[in-house]
Amino acid sequence: MIDPVTLAVLNGRLEQIADEMDATLFRSAFNPIIAEAHDASHGLYDGKTGETLVQGKSGLPIFVGAMSFAVKAVIEKAEKDSDMCEGDVYIFNDPYDGGTHLSDFRLVKPIYRNGSVFCFIASVGHYHDVGGNVPGNYNPAATESFQEGVLIPPVKLYEKGKLRQDIIDIMLANSRLPGSLYGDLNGQINALELGLNRINELLDEYGDDVVFNAMSELRRRANKLMQSYIEKLPDGVYGAVDWLDNDGIIDKPLKLELKIRIAGNQMTLDFRGSSLACLGPVNISRSTTIAACYVAMKHVFPEVPANSGVLDSIEFIIPEESILSVKAPRPVGGYTETILRLIDLVFQAMAEAAPELTNGCAYGTINALSLAGYREDGRRWVMFSFFGGGHGGHPKGDGLSHGNAPISTATIPPLEILEAAYPVMFRQWALRADSGGAGKNRGGLGAVYEIELLEKSAEGFIFGERAKYAPPGVLGGKSAALNEFYFEQNEGDSTPPMGSKMVGIQLMNGQAVRLETPGGGGYGDPLLRSIDAITEDIRLGYISPENASKEYGVELGPDGEIDVLATQVKRNRTLKVETMP
Amino acid sequence: MSKNLIVGVDVGGTFTDVFILDETSSSVSVAKVPTTPKDQSVGFLNGIQSEIDELSNVATIIHGTTVATNALLERKGAKTGVITSKGFKDVLEMRRRDRPNTWGLWGEFKPIVPRDLRLEVRERVLADGTVRELVNIDEIKETARKLIEDGCEALSIIFINSYANDENEKIAKDAIQDIWPNEHITVSSEILPEIREFERASTATLNAVLQPVLSHYLGALEEKLTNRGFLGQVLIVQSNGGVMSVDNAKVLPIKTALSGPAAGVIAASYIGMNAGYPNIVSCDMGGTSFDVSLISDGHSKLSAQTSIDFGMVVRSPMVEIITIGAGGGSIARLDAGGLLQVGPESAGSDPGPVCYGLGTKTPTVTDANVVLGRINPASPIGGRLERLDVNAARDAINFHIAKPLGIDVMDAAEAILRVANAKMASAIRLVSVERGHDPSIFAAMPFGGGGSLHAGALIREVGLSCALVPRFPGITSALGCVIADMRHDQVQTINKTLDDLDIILLDEEIVRRRTEGHAVLDNAGGIFDSRADQIELDMLYVGQTHTISVVLPVSIENGTSNVTKKVIKKAFDESYKLQFGRLLEGLGIKIMNVRVAVIGERPRFDLSVLAPSKNAKVENAIKEKRQVYINKNWVEVTIYNRLDLPVAAAIDGPAILEQPDTTIFLEHDATGVVDKFGNFRIVIKP
Repeated sequence: MIDPVTLAVLNGRLEQIADEMDATLFRSAFNPIIAEAHDASHGLYDGKTGETLVQGKSGLPIFVGAMSFAVKAVIEKAEKDSDMCEGDVYIFNDPYDGGTHLSDFRLVKPIYRNGSVFCFIASVGHYHDVGGNVPGNYNPAATESFQEGVLIPPVKLYEKGKLRQDIIDIMLANSRLPGSLYGDLNGQINALELGLNRINELLDEYGDDVVFNAMSELRRRANKLMQSYIEKLPDGVYGAVDWLDNDGIIDKPLKLELKIRIAGNQMTLDFRGSSLACLGPVNISRSTTIAACYVAMKHVFPEVPANSGVLDSIEFIIPEESILSVKAPRPVGGYTETILRLIDLVFQAMAEAAPELTNGCAYGTINALSLAGYREDGRRWVMFSFFGGGHGGHPKGDGLSHGNAPISTATIPPLEILEAAYPVMFRQWALRADSGGAGKNRGGLGAVYEIELLEKSAEGFIFGERAKYAPPGVLGGKSAALNEFYFEQNEGDSTPPMGSKMVGIQLMNGQAVRLETPGGGGYGDPLLRSIDAITEDIRLGYISPENASKEYGVELGPDGEIDVLATQVKRNRTLKVETMP
Repeated sequence: MSKNLIVGVDVGGTFTDVFILDETSSSVSVAKVPTTPKDQSVGFLNGIQSEIDELSNVATIIHGTTVATNALLERKGAKTGVITSKGFKDVLEMRRRDRPNTWGLWGEFKPIVPRDLRLEVRERVLADGTVRELVNIDEIKETARKLIEDGCEALSIIFINSYANDENEKIAKDAIQDIWPNEHITVSSEILPEIREFERASTATLNAVLQPVLSHYLGALEEKLTNRGFLGQVLIVQSNGGVMSVDNAKVLPIKTALSGPAAGVIAASYIGMNAGYPNIVSCDMGGTSFDVSLISDGHSKLSAQTSIDFGMVVRSPMVEIITIGAGGGSIARLDAGGLLQVGPESAGSDPGPVCYGLGTKTPTVTDANVVLGRINPASPIGGRLERLDVNAARDAINFHIAKPLGIDVMDAAEAILRVANAKMASAIRLVSVERGHDPSIFAAMPFGGGGSLHAGALIREVGLSCALVPRFPGITSALGCVIADMRHDQVQTINKTLDDLDIILLDEEIVRRRTEGHAVLDNAGGIFDSRADQIELDMLYVGQTHTISVVLPVSIENGTSNVTKKVIKKAFDESYKLQFGRLLEGLGIKIMNVRVAVIGERPRFDLSVLAPSKNAKVENAIKEKRQVYINKNWVEVTIYNRLDLPVAAAIDGPAILEQPDTTIFLEHDATGVVDKFGNFRIVIKP
C-alpha cells in the first residue's frame, strides 16, 4: 500500500509528463488543427491492459476516452506477432481498431524497464490530409472508408530504435499535404522521445515499484471517485432519444437512444433502440462510443480524472449491428457529429436523474466547411475550418455564446488570418439573434458567418448536422435554432438537399456562402425567466421582441416595450394551465 | 535642497511597499503599509510619508500599480463605445470560440463593452491593404455622436484588416476628434498594428476602457504629490518590465496591466546578476498564487499576450510569468476518491487561513506551516493581526485531513506541505526543464511573504543549484521599480515569405519604428546611462501556425539597419534549431511581424547598500529556541533575527530565520550563508 502523500505527489508528476508531451507537439506541429485547435492527445497507459493511467489536460477531450483502445490494439498486434522490442514505435490510423477517424494518426511506444514492458506512452494527432476523395477527409458522400482516406493498420514506425523510412514514404505518398504531415509526424516523435526520458527520470527517482503501485492505486481511486458520484444519483432508469438529420447519402433521420440505469454505485449505459449502421459516414466504432460517453461524464462530473478506472463501474450495452459499433469498411469520417449527439443524450438523460448537474445541449455540430480552388497563377488553395455555436443554459446562468464543441477545446482561426491566406472575404462574423433555446436560463447564441469568394471560381463542401433536429433544452427549456447553410447562385440563395451536408458546391467570384449555427438549448421553463433578463436580452438584441412574445410569454405594449402587468397575467395563466392535472 | 532620493512604490493587493534609495548617503529604507483599494494614492502617500518628511528631496518616483488590473477584473472601467466595420460588432463578444474550462460546459462571458455600445459603420479594407470601401465621414460622426450621447467616456475604433492599411481608421479618428476633442480614443492600428482581429480589438478596447481611469488616477496622484512639495518625475512600470512616463501611461494604460509582478522579476534579475547568479527562477508566493518566472543569463522572457480574465486578452509584450494556485491561503482537502489536493481554491488573505480566526474552516498551507512551528504565531506578517490561532489550525487539519486519512495530525500538516511543494516544483519545472533548461545552473529566488519557507524543498525537488533569499523579500517589487529601465515596444505585421519580402521596406519600417521609440524616450525627460535597440521578427515555416521569435543581429547606423535576407535566414535557422532541434529543409520561410523595442537604461545603484551592518554578530542575532516538527519528529530549532546576521554568517539547518516580511526555513539537509549584499544563499548539503 502506497502512502497517500507520495501518491498525491506522483499523480502530479505523471500528469505533468503527459502535459509536457502535449505542449511539445502543439509547439512544433505544422497543421493548425493540431497547433491551434489542439486536436491531439498524449498519455501513459497500462503495460499489460493498455488502460489509461493519465492523460494530458490540454489535448482534445474525446481522446481521453479513446486512446486506451489504440494501445489495446497495439498490444493485440504485438501478441499476435510476438515481436515487440525495446525501441519500437507503432503507428496506425485504423478507425475500427481503436481509432476514431482516418485523420487521427496514433503513435504507440512501449516503455521497457529491465527488459520488460513497464507501461506504454502514446500520441495522437489529427493530420491535415490523409488522401481520400476530398481534401481534409470530411467526405459527406462517402459510403466506404476507402473514399475517406488511406488506412494504415498497426505497423512499426521504429524497429528497435531504428526509423523505418519506407513507412513514412507510404504515408507521404498518400497525402495532398505531405510537408504538413511530415512536420506533424516529427512533432509526435519528439513528444514520445520526451515522454520516454521523463518517465525514466521519474522511475529512477522513485523506484519502479513505487510508481507502479501508485499507478494501480490511482486507477482504484478513479473508480472509487466515480462510484461516489453514481451513488448520489437516485436509483432508476433515465432515458433520452435524439436524432441525426441523415447520413449524407439517404435523407432519412437516424435515431439514437440511451437509457441510463443507476443501481447503487453502478451505472449502465444502454444504447439499444439506436439505428442500424448506415450507408454514409456518421457511423462510429464501439471504442468511439465509449470514449464519447466518457467525455459526457467528465462534463457532468468535471473532477473525475483521465483514468480508465472511471469506467470500471459503468457497463455499456451497445448493439453490434447499430450505428454505434460498426466495422470496416463502413465510413466513419463524420464521427464528430455522432459523438456530439451521444453527449447530448447523456445531458438529456442526466437532467432527469440530477437536474442540478446538467445543462441544455450545446450546438451539436462541427460544421466542417471547405472552399477550394486555384489562384490566377495556378496555385491550389484549400480553406478548411470548423465553426462555433452556443452552449446550453445551465443551473448557474445562461449558456456561453460562440463556444467550441464539447469534444474539443479548439479555437477558431482569426478571420484576418483566413483572409490573408485564402482569396475570401468575410461579409459578416456575428452572433445570431434568437438562436439560443428559450429557458429560465437561456441557451447561448450561435453565430452567422458569411464568406464571399474573391477568386474566379471555387468548389466547396459542408459537413454539418442539426439542420432538422435542433439542440434540445432540458427541464422545460426549449430547443435552440436549427443549423442553416446557404450558398449564392445566379438564380438566388440555395440550400443543400441534405440540410447541412453537400459536396460540389460551385461558387463564382462575388458569390458567398452563409452559415448560421445553432445556439444552445435552454435550461428550465422560459416562463420563469425574469422580465428584467428578457428586457436586457431584447435591448442587446440577443432575442427579438417577437421571440420574447412567442417563447417567453411576454406581452408587448404598443411601443414594443414589455408590458409588465399584462405579461404577469399571461404567464400566470399559462403556468396554471400547465400545472393542471 | 538637493533632490537625492529615488523612490519605488509598488501597490499590491494587500500591501503598498516602498523602497527608498538615498543617493547621497548610499543608504536605503523600506516601508510597508496597507493598500487602500478605493483610492490607491492614499496608501501610496502614506507609504512615502512614513519615511520621507520633505517630498522636495525626491528626484524620481517609480510606481508599479494595479489600478488597471483591478479596474478590469472588477469591471470598473470607463463606459466605452466601440466603432467597428459593418458585420463585425460581435468580434469582441465571440472571442476565438473558446470556453473557460475544458470540462464542464457552464461557462459565461460578459464582454467589457456591451453589445448596444458596439456600433458598425460601412467601410472595408482587404487583407492585402486594398480599400474596398472608404469610410464615410458623416456616418462616423453620427455614430460617434450616438455613443457620446449615451454617456461613453472613451471610444475604440477597430476596423478589419487595419493592420494592413490604417487609412480608414485614421480618417475615422480625425472625424471623431472634429466633434469630440478628447484624448480618450484608442485606434486599433495605432496601438497594435498586428494581424488577428479579436486580439487587436480586445487590446484596443481594454485600453480605451482604462484611459479615463488611469488619467484620473495619475492626474490626481501627481497633483497630490505637487501639493506636498514634490518637484521630481513620476515613472510608471509596464508589464514588459520597463517603465514609461505618466503621459505615455495615460495614453497606453493597457501596458500597465501586469506591472506588479514584472517589477519583482526585474529585481530578481538584478539581484541575481550582482550576486553572481545570472540564471534565476523567481518564485513569488503570496496569499492565493505562486508566480514563477525564468531569467536566463540576466534576461527574462517576454510573452506576446496574456489574459487578464476569460476572454479579456491583452496582446502586448509582458514578462512571462506562470501562475499556479498555490499560495499561503491555498486550501487542502481530500477529493471524493480520497486523494489529497492543495489549491487552487484559496482562502486568500481575507478571510485568510484558519489561524487568522476570521471565519475560514478548511485548512490551508499557512495553517500547516503554523502547526509545524515554522511560522511564529506571535508575530504574523504585516502586523494586521496580534497572533495566530495554532489550535484552530490544528483542529482544522485534524478534522479535514488527518482523521479521514487515518494519520497523525502533524504528519497530515507535513503532507499538506509536501503536496504544495510538489505543485510549486512542477511550476518551476514547467518554466525550466520543459523549456530545455538545465535546472542545476539556476538559483531559486523566493520573494513575497511565503516563498522562503519552501525554498529548500523546491531546490531539492527540482535540482536547482541554490536559493537566494533577497535581503527584503517582501518589498522586492518596490526595489524592482527603482532599477527598471525605460522601454517602448512596437509591432507591425508584415506577413510575407522571405522570397517575396521587400527588404528595403522592412528596413524603412525598422528605422521608422526605432526613431519613434527614441522620440518617446526623449519626451520622457529621463536620464539614461545608455540606450539600446532590440529588433525581432516573428517567423515560421510556410504552413506552420505558431511563430518563433527571432532576434536580428543588426544595429541602426546612418538611418539604416543594413538588414539582408541572408541575415534573416541565418538568424531564423539558429533560433529554430535551438527550439526544435532540427531544421525542415526545403520549406519556405515567412515573416509574420517585426517587433522593435527601444530601451533607455536608467542609472543603477550599488546593491551593497543593502548589506548588514559591519558590527553585526551571529550570536546577537539569536532570538530564541522553538520546537519545530520536521520529518515526523519534534526538534528544538534555533530562531535567528535574519536582518541581524553579519556578512558571511553560515547557518546550518535545522534553523529558522525571521524578519518582519518573511520567514526562512532550513531543513536538516540545508545550510545557508549571508553574502556581501545581504542575500541569504541556501544550498542542500552534499
